[in-house]
Amino acid sequence: MDKLHRLKEIPSQTAGPFLHIGCVPNQIGLNTFGGIDLGSVLLSKNTEGKRITLTGKVFDGKNMPIRDGMVEIWQADANGLYQTSDTKSDGSDLNFSGWGRSHCDFESGSWIFETIKPGPVMMNNGSWMAPHISFWIVARGVNLGLNTRMYFGDEHSLNEKDPLLQELKDTKRIRTLMARKITENFYEFNIYLQGENETIFFEI
Amino acid sequence: MDKSDMRSQGPLYPRDKTLHPKALTPDYKSSLFRSPKMALVPVNTTMSEISGPVFGPNILGEFDSDLTKNYCSAEQMAIGEQIIVHGKVFDENSKTIPNVLIEVWQANAGGRYRHFSDSYKAPLDPYFGGCGRCVTDQNGYYSFKTIRPGAYPWPNGGNNWRPSHIHFSIFGTSFAQRLITQMYFEGDPLIKLCPIANTIEDPASLNTLVAQLDMKRTIHMDARAYQFNIILRGRFSTIFENKMDGN
Repeated sequence: MDKLHRLKEIPSQTAGPFLHIGCVPNQIGLNTFGGIDLGSVLLSKNTEGKRITLTGKVFDGKNMPIRDGMVEIWQADANGLYQTSDTKSDGSDLNFSGWGRSHCDFESGSWIFETIKPGPVMMNNGSWMAPHISFWIVARGVNLGLNTRMYFGDEHSLNEKDPLLQELKDTKRIRTLMARKITENFYEFNIYLQGENETIFFEI
Repeated sequence: MDKSDMRSQGPLYPRDKTLHPKALTPDYKSSLFRSPKMALVPVNTTMSEISGPVFGPNILGEFDSDLTKNYCSAEQMAIGEQIIVHGKVFDENSKTIPNVLIEVWQANAGGRYRHFSDSYKAPLDPYFGGCGRCVTDQNGYYSFKTIRPGAYPWPNGGNNWRPSHIHFSIFGTSFAQRLITQMYFEGDPLIKLCPIANTIEDPASLNTLVAQLDMKRTIHMDARAYQFNIILRGRFSTIFENKMDGN
């Protein structure tokens, strides 16, 4: 459809400091939706793939961890396939949701996900994206949700061939997209909204 | 990989940034240290952005879409003006979108949130939690029942009052359509005074967040209705159209 005849997207507004009421109500004692917040569980015991714990903080321009924000992730399964509305026929892992949500801890600011390491994802043109996880960050003071990607810092050879990373002109900033491997199954990914370590945020 | 799904659901139209608030909006103080300084980096969207989580109505409980009843027992009811909020979810191609999860949260009728960090003096309503959700039907239609939230003062360095508003978290079919926003009420004089509402520079864009009184959907002797249609980003119909348009 040509641009003139399109409707216009409604604008964003900040999620504000009380986003927990609507998004993670059980974390503030609302005891609703059957006691389980949406996006709090990505795995079941039958999920294929290597279990990993992923944690980090979101830092503001004063280098303080944000404690009233929220992070959502979206990722492929162990075979590099995404859940789609047509998942039953596309072969992706039915025991993996691919989508997670974690609020920043009220004390420490840490968010955390128990997930699996995604596989490389094949693109339409046949090339491969390195394993990565899409992030979306909202908080008081953030007017429009921020999109970024996390890559695995220990996947040097796959990262070097990743089409999105290759597109980036400011190569010095690529390090801001790399999760640090702490132990075999534990990765840390800190997000910086401002400052010398400001994370690359994407217009997607 | 079966690509049929990707062909029917192509990449998204580039986002029209003029409709949205800038990251740094000095009149809204919280944005000062939470706004990226560097420009967003445009990238070609891939399956990672085009796909996204989709939720069906099977996740819903009986009272999820009735905030007047979902925090109290059957004979009780939240305090305040009873309202229905309803509308349709479209994409920019005017196509209605089914199975869109909408999560809402709001203050009570006195302008107080049920949240440990809200210290406003207005009392909590023992019958009101302020949390609800619904999923659009096959025609893209949604509705929920609630009470009209109250206005409240907030710390922003001045005499700032939030207009009555309901927070919306909306999932489309694509992770790149993900949106959180706020719905306002027709005729509220506080909207034009609000530093958060005014982070949106384009008045026509802000106006799309203002729900209109809809007497046709009023429930007789029960609740007034407000209509709020939601437009999410549109998608190219095929993966090839993207290139033709130049993007």
